[in-house]
Amino acid sequence: MAIISNAVTIADAGAFSASLGSQVLIKTITVSSAAGTVSFVNGASSVVLNNTYPLYLFKFINIHPSADDGGLAVNFSVDTGSNYNVAKTSTNFESYHNEAGDDVATNYSPSGDLAQGTGVQHLTGISSKMGYDNDQSASGELFLFNPSSTTFVKHFISEFTQSDYRNYTWRRNVSGYCNTTSAVDAAQFSMTSGNIDSGIFKLYGIKDS
Amino acid sequence: MGVISNGTTLLDAGALDSGVATGAMVLLSTATASSSATIDFTSGIDSTYKEYIFKFISIHNATDAADFQFQVDTGSNTSYNQTITSSGFAAYNQEDDSARSVATHSGSAVLHQETGFQDLGRSLGNDNDQSLSGQLHLYEPSSATFVKHFIGVINEYANNDGTNQRFVAGYVNTTTAITRIRFKMDSGNIDSGTIKMYGIK
Repeated sequence: MAIISNAVTIADAGAFSASLGSQVLIKTITVSSAAGTVSFVNGASSVVLNNTYPLYLFKFINIHPSADDGGLAVNFSVDTGSNYNVAKTSTNFESYHNEAGDDVATNYSPSGDLAQGTGVQHLTGISSKMGYDNDQSASGELFLFNPSSTTFVKHFISEFTQSDYRNYTWRRNVSGYCNTTSAVDAAQFSMTSGNIDSGIFKLYGIKDS
Repeated sequence: MGVISNGTTLLDAGALDSGVATGAMVLLSTATASSSATIDFTSGIDSTYKEYIFKFISIHNATDAADFQFQVDTGSNTSYNQTITSSGFAAYNQEDDSARSVATHSGSAVLHQETGFQDLGRSLGNDNDQSLSGQLHLYEPSSATFVKHFIGVINEYANNDGTNQRFVAGYVNTTTAITRIRFKMDSGNIDSGTIKMYGIK
């Protein structure tokens, strides 16, 4: 049965015709005890990461590490999480400033990029190792474009702000492409050292229509 | 006819009630390139939204080393030649690890009170799997008081087989309302790809 108001169809055939917004929350994973990895796998635990949306957005809210010498990283899978080892070429640069106010710069971060590497992609950390004081964390976002394409590589763009173990603030911009024409159907986040102690991971789909 | 649940109006007069949460990002238009010389958005840019976002998904150029660009115009004009001042920089890295750095844009990559097209992506590869993705924010295009700021962030697969993250920002130096935008390559067509325009409530 349709719902029609003032001759305008609001809902029909089990779906709203009226716009409900284009950014759809797909999944929230809240880490409240130490976790080695956080994974979003298409088809598992209500996760959608396929051709339903042309663009996906991950949000990271107060990601807190268990160790003082690592950073948050991501890898991608083309076999629904059996292997996280997609080849990636990426860039990584940073700007920072310390609480003492005597150290500030913007640099390319050569130890944080990949050139056809299949290991994890650093999103935070590297020279700016994440602090694990109780009040320290990292927040940011990661866009993944057109992961279901079987024609093009899969671009990703991320931006984070984090506090580090020496009481600096860092802004880190990472982007690149998964150099595969297979569909990317899973993403996994981990710390390069230790566990993810706490934090909120959200996955959104950006609607196609 | 309205629909009222537990005393709360959910919809009436042909629309969802303003109290119903619907998300702040509204898809306004989608354009799909197919050997297109230009992609224009000529409607929907008005005072309804203070911010517009254009999303670029797997934009593929027909000609190797082409630059992906935009310009804007006012009213029903079709010249796409508004005055722009812009800045930009890019981080790059090669697949063979031969070069990596951050570089500030200069020369034709940025505009200084010029009316040409603003580059968003540069020297794009046209191999079958190469493309560009990213987004462009346009702020308050309907303002009759302020210049119109824009911020673009792009990741591109360059024709020299590397990745570039390109940041572009600037302003359209006019106090006349911007009503339309054009995207194109500086050489050849947009072979394929999708551009979506969203309004932010």
